[in-house]
Amino acid sequence: MSVRKFTSQQFDEFVSAMLKTGRPVIAPQAKDDRFAFGPLSSPADLRLDYDVTILPPKKYVLPQVEPLLEFEVFGPYQSVYEGKPMILLGVHPYDLAAILQTDELFRQGYYDKHYMDRRKQITIIALDVVRPSINVFASSMGTATISKGYDILLTVLKDGSILADAATDKGQELLRLAGASAPASEADLKARKAVWDYNAAGLNKHVLLCKPSFLPKLLEQHYNHPVWEEKARLCYSCGSCNMVCPTCYCFDVQDQVDWNLKNGQRARCWDGCLLEHFAVVAGNHNFRKERSARFRHRLYRKGKYVPAKIEGEIACVGCGRCITACTAKIANPVDVYNRLIQDTQLG
Amino acid sequence: MCECCNGQTDIYLPQMATITKRKMLTDTEVYMHLEMDCGQDLAYQPGQFVEVSLAGIGEAPISISSSPTQKGLELVVRNVGSLTRAIHKLQPGDKLGIRGPYGATYPIEEAKGRNLVFICGGIGLVPQRSFIRYALDHRGDYGKIIVLVGTKTYSMRLFCDEIALWHKRTDMKVLETIDEAHEQWHGNVGVVTTLIPKIENELAGSLVLVCGPPIMYKFVLISLADAHVSTENIYVNLERRMKCGVGKCGHCQINDKYVCQDGPVFRFSELALVPEAI
Repeated sequence: MSVRKFTSQQFDEFVSAMLKTGRPVIAPQAKDDRFAFGPLSSPADLRLDYDVTILPPKKYVLPQVEPLLEFEVFGPYQSVYEGKPMILLGVHPYDLAAILQTDELFRQGYYDKHYMDRRKQITIIALDVVRPSINVFASSMGTATISKGYDILLTVLKDGSILADAATDKGQELLRLAGASAPASEADLKARKAVWDYNAAGLNKHVLLCKPSFLPKLLEQHYNHPVWEEKARLCYSCGSCNMVCPTCYCFDVQDQVDWNLKNGQRARCWDGCLLEHFAVVAGNHNFRKERSARFRHRLYRKGKYVPAKIEGEIACVGCGRCITACTAKIANPVDVYNRLIQDTQLG
Repeated sequence: MCECCNGQTDIYLPQMATITKRKMLTDTEVYMHLEMDCGQDLAYQPGQFVEVSLAGIGEAPISISSSPTQKGLELVVRNVGSLTRAIHKLQPGDKLGIRGPYGATYPIEEAKGRNLVFICGGIGLVPQRSFIRYALDHRGDYGKIIVLVGTKTYSMRLFCDEIALWHKRTDMKVLETIDEAHEQWHGNVGVVTTLIPKIENELAGSLVLVCGPPIMYKFVLISLADAHVSTENIYVNLERRMKCGVGKCGHCQINDKYVCQDGPVFRFSELALVPEAI
């Protein structure tokens, strides 16, 4: 299908048509003076001009609390699959890049049917960034634009019209719900290219001084660099950097018993490697007791450990949320990586 | 995973097993023999672990203490938390959920024809016993079998009856020590490293398998280095919080290794670039 062009009014009609399908439409909306993904009830609430959401859309792919099993206390278990068809509308390229990484991590090795089952039912409508957030550095990470992984890609042009490019059958099926729209002209596609070109360089409030692909090598040399201790000295171990991160996927598993004390659920919930208890084993021995070790672990996971599992892709997509969320102002990955670059002997 | 469960698609779904025997080994350690309710034995190898769960309380990784040459599954559980406390209350006939087996095994093939030296500290004897029993059941495949067992106190010694039988065998050597002297103990007193000089002549060319509490590794590995044992010939069995067992949840990660997948048994030379390991 060719690229379609909507006026903003026509686009609202398309959103209304999606809402009428009965499938939940999850989209960015205003939340006080910031933005958050949530169930959309009216096209009027949709904010295609959002800069960044407080939490990434990850929470609809890997919910904060996700039941895995149901059981009778002390009895046998049954698998629970809660996923339902859903439209995830307005996902920025960097967040989509993160979802694609998470897809691969839950797919590879032991296939995680809970994650994959939920994920397969989600239709993703990506959206090129309209307004850069205060801390975005996606341009540095190569995730400011994206060419795969979406069902439809939306681009808002300068005149306020919206281009929609369906890349999959699911996307085309959705686009068929739309009422009036026009085929995009050559000039429209040129205007879209201009948005991509701008974003590819312009979403860069913090500039990484190397190509992202150099990070694994960089980190190899700086395991004992003083920056870990210097930054972590101020760390509250609050885990905010983990909680707002679109690529963090570590989880804990807990049993919850219902009020009747007969039935219950085993659920996974988000966990974070900055939290003090993360590596504690029975008997209270903590294998990552030092704050600096936990601080370092996060940045090594993003820049070296996870990339080794996903063909070198760096597990930081430059959304900048951790920078905004960190009370102590130490979480900025670019600050740390650049510091290491400055202290790297070349040759 | 047993053969009949191979078609299982949910990696988090435990299979039920029934406790067939139970015995307190010490005040804090219970021994259990289990049989899978599906009637098949778990297809495991020495060194692997299972995720043990009790619905409503939780799940934890537990080393397998039996050898695949035996029928059923043997576990030893120390009472240290809410789950293990609940497991301690179970009796024969009660059921547990089991997922697994998971993790890397002891080098049972590579070890063939070699002398084996097991260095066990405290509850570290539990997973080591799996390979010890396996090697004893395939006695012709292995060279000398030497077992060093260090325990903190007299009353915390594990598998006392079995060790007494090992002492009687002429095809293996067992040396025991306890950290704190006791009036009923007439053997060696001191940490497990004090036994190493007694077998120093046996170390050359042997595979040395180490399992014990975190502090023990440091001292044992120093002693082995002093005795010129190559790190290629040392295997360690590490403990971490292997919450999911399948390489997803992140809790057991040490640098770029996942203990639940790459371990818990590691060749020590492979940990040279893994500073968080020991």
